[in-house]
This record gives sequence, structure tokens and C-alpha cells, in this order.
Amino acid sequence: MKAKYMSPLTFSTILPDEGLKKAVSIKRSEILAEISASKIKGRGGAGFPTGTKWNLAAAAKDTTKFIVCNADEGEPGTFKDRIILMDHADLVFEGMTIAARAVGSKEGILYLRGEYTYLLSHLETILQKRRDNKLLGDAILGVEGFQFDIRIHMGSGAYICGEETALIESIEGNRGEPRNRPPYPVDTGLKRHPTVVNNVETFAWCACIIGNGAEWFLKHGTAVSTGLKLFSISGDVERPGVYEFPWGITVSEVLEKCGGRNAKAVQIGGASGYCIPRSQFDRKIAYEDISTGGSIIVFGPDRDMLKVAKNFLEFFVEESCGQCTPCRDGNPVILDGIERLEKGTCSITYLNELRALSETMQVASKCGLGQTSTNAFLSILEHFKDECMGRGRE
Amino acid sequence: MNTKTNHDRTCRAPKSVKGYSIKTSPDKTQIGGQVTVTINDHAIKVPLGTTILEASKSLGINIPTLCNHDDLCVAGVCRICVVEVEGQRNLQAACAFPVTSPIKVRTHSRRVRHARRHILDLMLAKHYGECYSCTRNGNCELQNLAEEYGVDFYRFGHLKEPRYTVDNSSYAVVRDMDKCILCRRCIRTCIDMQEVGVLGAINRGDKTKIATFLDKPLAEVICINCGQCINRCPTAALKAKDPTDEVWAAIDDPTKHVVIQTAPSPRAAIAECFGVEPGTALTFEMNTALKRCGFNKVFDTNFTADLTIIEEGTELILRLYKALVKKDPGVAETIPQFTSCSPGWVKFIEHFYPEFLPHVSSAKSPQQMFGALIKTYYAQQNNLDPANIVSVALMPCSAKKFECNRPEMISSGYKDVDYGLTTRELAKMIKEAGVDLLKMEKSDFDDPFGSATGSGVIFGATGGVMESALRCVIELVTGKKVENLFDHAEITPVRGFEGSRIAELTIGDVGPVPDLLKHLVPDWNWLRGVTLKLGVCHGTANAKKVLEDIRNGGPFSQCQFIEFMACPGGCLGGGGQPIPTTPEIRAARARAIYAEDRRSTIRKSHENPAILSLYKEFLTDGPCGKVSHKLLHTHYVARGKYILA
Repeated sequence: MKAKYMSPLTFSTILPDEGLKKAVSIKRSEILAEISASKIKGRGGAGFPTGTKWNLAAAAKDTTKFIVCNADEGEPGTFKDRIILMDHADLVFEGMTIAARAVGSKEGILYLRGEYTYLLSHLETILQKRRDNKLLGDAILGVEGFQFDIRIHMGSGAYICGEETALIESIEGNRGEPRNRPPYPVDTGLKRHPTVVNNVETFAWCACIIGNGAEWFLKHGTAVSTGLKLFSISGDVERPGVYEFPWGITVSEVLEKCGGRNAKAVQIGGASGYCIPRSQFDRKIAYEDISTGGSIIVFGPDRDMLKVAKNFLEFFVEESCGQCTPCRDGNPVILDGIERLEKGTCSITYLNELRALSETMQVASKCGLGQTSTNAFLSILEHFKDECMGRGRE
Repeated sequence: MNTKTNHDRTCRAPKSVKGYSIKTSPDKTQIGGQVTVTINDHAIKVPLGTTILEASKSLGINIPTLCNHDDLCVAGVCRICVVEVEGQRNLQAACAFPVTSPIKVRTHSRRVRHARRHILDLMLAKHYGECYSCTRNGNCELQNLAEEYGVDFYRFGHLKEPRYTVDNSSYAVVRDMDKCILCRRCIRTCIDMQEVGVLGAINRGDKTKIATFLDKPLAEVICINCGQCINRCPTAALKAKDPTDEVWAAIDDPTKHVVIQTAPSPRAAIAECFGVEPGTALTFEMNTALKRCGFNKVFDTNFTADLTIIEEGTELILRLYKALVKKDPGVAETIPQFTSCSPGWVKFIEHFYPEFLPHVSSAKSPQQMFGALIKTYYAQQNNLDPANIVSVALMPCSAKKFECNRPEMISSGYKDVDYGLTTRELAKMIKEAGVDLLKMEKSDFDDPFGSATGSGVIFGATGGVMESALRCVIELVTGKKVENLFDHAEITPVRGFEGSRIAELTIGDVGPVPDLLKHLVPDWNWLRGVTLKLGVCHGTANAKKVLEDIRNGGPFSQCQFIEFMACPGGCLGGGGQPIPTTPEIRAARARAIYAEDRRSTIRKSHENPAILSLYKEFLTDGPCGKVSHKLLHTHYVARGKYILA
């Protein structure tokens, strides 16, 4: 199914390469200052301040630096990057080029999700056009010494490769497994050089910020979560698709817009996010309240929430890279616990053990996958206890 | 004489298995270089980049580890070492967290204890088998942690049925993946330390397992049998193939004459299996214990180490003579000559650099030479039917098990060596026999090979073969006592633990050719003023560097003779040695070996009276003669890296 936008995107109102033209006319430090002033945070889900990331990479002493665009959009329920790459890829490449200018990089890589192979030729065409128009390559926009090009690296379908260090491993030709952090990619990234890894949407917004100024960006969103955000809405709604909302919108407002008024729960942040019950629909979607990379999955009144939890856990059991103990061996234990709940053979004592194990997985796993894989299970257990307990006995 | 260290840093190991070091200022004084870390309220200053684990050690605080190993790069995968770092939302792996700013750490808070216990519970849930029936019972890192953390039940269950079949295909290394906890030390050992790369992780999630290429049996891939993975496995997922049942059966059989030869390294390490600190040699106590176990004769492999020096040294002299005097270009191409006593190294070069095989000395390893002599010379002298002799070799090595099963090792008409025992397996036999090794009186080795020299002993340490060869060559060629050139005949420039090194020795005046070699070379004049360059290297990763250097015409291509050992530290760090192994333990074993050399009355192979009488009575056509070629020399197989489907 081709996802569609349900409202016009700001991206379509942006003048082409306005940001890049501005970027070459100002000092590198001014680009960094503008991004920092916009307070934009990573759109991939983790929400790390982009300005800080770029500043660290710019300050790193190395002649080789990399700009990597994370287009391994693998979080269940997200498809907004696909839309951006389909219709606004120029903006993404422009953002990468601005980042390259700001931190001093000559090489960019777009890591494209294996399932998006059909986008490859489309993206290659755009890249070639940009090269032809002197927007990539040597002396970009005629600026002597501003040299940058982008290549596309195909992923192979592993969810974990959306984690930035696993993604770097994958680009290096290794098994996609997260590295130890610290050191972080901005310090020791691809081929051990400083590397900026940002989400597709982040790069696109950065291009807009440089073009329109941080002030323009700060008009939207909340004090902590600035700007606009693209959301992928799916599930039991009348109008699924990609929406653009300012940060700080409430869950019920979102449901209003997409026609999911009778939802009983909403999963925000994909499989690794939290399940929000009806009683909390007045909460805000923002980094300071419910953070998300853009995935919103709506569950109607007839959904079996334990099955929902089971579905997510099955996903994580499959997608764990298998490197660290808590994630590799913990997820199957939780899944087994859910199956026991289904059969009604999970004692309260054992359920408490599972809860404690989930907490261990959250704090002791090596990367974000294991640290977040039990979020859905724990929140479903918390809010839909009656639905989870006392089953399979009739 | 001077020494050079090879600083070449070629490495084919994928970066994923290498440690990720954090960059610190090269000038540490500029930024102080030191940082304060407070662990459980105890503050300590450590150099920037020190891990929390290292800092804790210096404060006497134990943090449990499984995937971490002193010889290997950081992995941070088992997560058992997690600690609480103030300001960090999640727990951090102490082994992987470098201290770069002042931090406060808690190593046993409630959160930490719970997490560790859970991680252990998860490992135990997937760890099939019972401790009673495990070769690592009492020497298992997982078992130790289970005890330390008070595991009293299987919180998340325990496997009732095995999930995998045991891979028994290799002569040397057995893989039991049901015991594997996926710490990946074996992968890092194989790829990173040895640069062989037989093992890797396949599949994802809970289906992840350590596998060979296409999950083939170990015998069918390019494993060199070095057993370094065994030494670093925290559990019994990797173990040596144990022949003790067969050895006991032979001892029990009254028609069999069971002899054992013991290599120099096990005697310097076996005490570790009995709780004694590393570096304690129990050579003569072990001789008594072996007799008590029921072995008919106990021989010293050092005898054939001396013989190896004579045979391999003669081969080198012949190669140099043919190349330098006879100007034979075919022979000149086979210089430098490589040693052949390490069977792991031999299989490594057969797989990875078969084009270099003509460089490898045709001399068998000391183990195989001894085996051939036992079933010929010794059998004749003692009126024994070689069919009834069972020849056992106590070795620090797992690759020796493969070596004794090589089809070409039957020059006596029988298997030269029937069974290769590791140090660990012998310790088990001694315990089973109820022999208290530490209380044994001392006894000497049996004749006719009784006397061995210090040169044989130091074969156990890296550089030992080279030092022994030099002791011989210097005296045989110059006619001068080596003691006059080097204090106590200790040629220290070839000693040490650097990965690879070159020693140079300029021959001044030459003496007369000794009787033993008279029929091979007329005089030594062609060696006068020649500077010999001798290379030493240990660990196959270093071997790879040296071979690449030779290929590129680097300093090692100028050498005449290079000693290669597959294992780090040489045989004393072999895959059959007691577990654990660390750089410190290996250094202690080396000290014990060099101390034994110093105690020897005869320290040069060519002065060994038993060797001289062997050439007089049995190998009558001299070193590298017809008889010795039949019994003491061998050939190699260019295996390459192709794995047939």
C-alpha cells in the first residue's frame, strides 16, 4: 500500500536549495549556531539534540569525517521516511550537504532499508541531477574547496541496523551489531572517523531551518520539543497515513484528525514505544511527555491487548542481534511468559519475576533494542491487567 | 648482536571484533592525563581511558566478567559486569566503559545485583548439562559466578534436552554448543588474536550460535587446532579431545608397554591444576606421579628437542651451503628456513601460505621424532615388539593430537605416537589415580634418553628454539664456548614476548668442522664474517605479518632462519595448558622454564651424550642421513583455504 499524506507537508512549501545557498554564504560556525538555536532533536526516536551532535563532529580533529543518513526505517508502524524519500529526497540530500559543510565532511552515505530497494533508482537519479547541477561533487555551488558527494548503501533487512552503531558496522561490511558506547560515532564512527548519523527527517528539517531560519522553526511545537513532526498513523483508524503535526499535540487530537475516536489504546513509538490507554489520551506527544520517532498505532475496542504485546515480543525475539545476554535470552523468556498468560498458567510470582527481568533488560542491555523491547509489554500489563490475567481457564 | 622489533601492523581482522579505543590526547601531561573515579565511595586517580573494570581492580573491588579477557579486545556483550554510573540512566558495562571524566560508580547496588543475577539466570536457562558430568567442573567461570551470586534455583528454567549435537569431528578440538554462553571469546581469539577466523556468529536473536563456515564440522574447515579458543572458553563449550580412557585402557592391559614422553611446558604449568601459583615447575615430582599412575617409562621430550636442533640445524647448514657455496638458486629460494615443531603453525602455513611450504624444515617435531625412535631404536634395544608399545605424549598442545594422527606419521611402521595428552588431561589422570602430586618425591627420567639439556627445556618458550640453535651453531662453527660470548650461555636478545623480532649474529673466526658434520661440509670458511639474521615470532597473527613481510621483501626476507610458534608465548601458552591463561601466567611459566634451563648441567644440544650415542649406534649415517630422513623427517600438504562442499 502506498502511504499518503493526509495533510500538505511543510516540505512542499520549501524553495529548492534555499538552505544550501544560505549555508555556503555564511560561516560554518553560523550554520552550527542556527541548528543549535532551533533546538531541533533527532527525528529517529532517540531525540538527541542535532546541534550538539553536529558541534561535536565539527570539533573532532580528523581530516576524514562522514555524514550518514539513517534511512533504515524499520520501526514497526513507521513509513514517513519512505514518503520523504519518495517526494522530498532533494531536501534530505540538501540537509546532508549542509551538515557536510558544517562539520567538514567530504563523504556522505545514505543507508537505505533493504525493503526500500524500489526507491534506489529514483534516489540515484536525484543524486545524479544534483551532481549535474553542482549541488554535489567538487566546488559545490561554485564554492572552491566545498567538496561532498553521497552514495547509497543498501541495508539487508535487519531491524537492528537502524541503531546507528550497528548501521556503521553494516556499512563496514560486518555483521550488524551495535558497538559499545562510548565512544560515540561523532568521535569514533565509520572506519573510526567522526561520523554524524541522523534520521532522514532530521536532515530534511535541517535544510528547512537553514533556509528559513531557526526563528521560523521555533514558532512550532513546545519549548522543549520544537518544530513540526511527521507521524505515521496506522491501525484501527478511518484515515491512516502520514500526518504532519506540531510537537505537543495530544493523543486525542491526533485520534480526532485520523478518525480513531473509539480507540481503546494507542501504541506510540512503534514496537519499542509505550502503549497508552484511553485514560491518558490527553497526554502530549513530545520529547518531554510521550516521545516517538513518528509511529502511532491505534487499537480499536475489539483488539486483544495481550496478543498485541505478544506480536511485539515475537518481533523482538526475531530481531535481537543476539549479541548481549539480556536482550538475546531475555526477550524469549518474556514471550514465553506472555504465552503462559494466554494459557492462564502464569503465576503472580512468576509475573513479578518477568517484570523484574524486564527492568533488567531495560538497564543492562547493550543497545536501545533490548533497552526498549519490553516497554510495550510492561505498559500493556500496567494498563490492561484485567485483560492479561485470568485467561484460558474457562 | 642487536635486536629489531617488527612494527608492521597488518591485520585482517574485521573491525567489529576489535576494541574501540577512545581518543585521548597523545600528550597526557597536557590535560593531566589522570582522572578521578570514585568507586563505592573510594576515590582513585587513573590514567584517562582506563576502564571501570581496571580501576576497580586496583581498588581491590571485584567485578564479575565473562566475555572480558585480558588477551582479547573489549566485547561488552555478556553484560555480567554492569555497574551503576552516576548520571547514566542505564547500567554500564565496566569492561567497556572508559573513564574520561570524573565519575561515581556503584558496583553492587540493588539494581546491579538484580541485573547480574538475572543475566546469570538467563545464561543458565540456555546452558544444557549438569556440572557433575562436565570436564570443566571446578574450573568453570559460569559455575563460579553461579556460586558467587547465590544461584539456588533456575529462575527461568533449565534445558532438559540438548539442542545441538557435539562436534567431535576434529582430532583436537571438541565443540559442545549446548554449553556455549555466547561470550564470543573464541571468535575474538580465532579472528583477532590468531587471525585464523574459523569461528563466527550466525543467525540472530536466541537462534544465534557460534559456527564455522557453513556450519561445517571443525575437521572440515581451516582450523589449525591451536586450541587457544579452548584456553579462553569460560565453560566447556570448547574442549580438547580427551584420550584418557584409551590411555588408561593401555595401562590396564598387561601386554602393553606404555611409555610417556613429557614436553617441557606441561611440567612448568601442571602445578596450576593443583591450585599452586603459576610458575612452579614440578618436573621430577611429575615423573614419580606418572610412574604411580602406571606408565612403564617416563621420557623427556627434551631429548628429541636436542635431536631436532641437530637435524634442523644440519638442514639449515646444508641449505646455506648449497645456496652460498654451490650457488643453487632453487635452494636459495627456500631460505629463510622455518621451524616445524609447532603443529598449529604447520597447519596454519599449509592452509594460509602453502606457497611457503618449501621453507619449512622437513624435520619432524620433537614429539614425532621421539615416537619414531621409541618404536624403532628403543624397541630394538629392549627387545620389545613395537606393536605392543603404546606411546603417549604429554604436550601443552591440542594440535599435537592432530599431528600424531597425520597419516604420514607412521615411519616406524606403526603410529609414531599413539595418544597426545594435554597438561589438563594428565592432571585429571593424576587426580583419578589418587596421587598427591605435590607430595611426590623427585625422580629422574628413564634411560636411554634420560639426560636432556637446558636447550631442550627452553623449546617451551618463544625464542627457545632459536636460542638452542644458536648455542649449537656458535660452538659448532666457531669452535668457541658460547659461555664466553654470552653470560651463562643465555642469549637474551632472542628472549621476550614481542610478537616478532630479529636477532643478528656476526660470525667472526671459524673453527674446524666437528666430526658429526664432516661428511656434509668440508670447512666453515664460507661462513666467516657472515652475519646471520634470525627471526622469532609467536602467535599466528604475528606469523601472518612475518610471512607478508617476506613476501614484500622486508627485513624478515633477509633472515636465514625463523622460529614460528602458533601460540602466544610459545608452547607454554599452548592450547593444552591449564586454564585460565593471561599474559602474567604465561610470563610466570616462562620464568619457570628458564630457571630449569639454568639448573641444567648440560645446556647445549650437541653436548648431549645420549644424542651422540644415538648417532653412533643407530643413526649411523649422521644428521640428515638416510635413516634419519626415514624416521625423523616428514613432508607437508598444501591444503589451501578451499573448503570442499
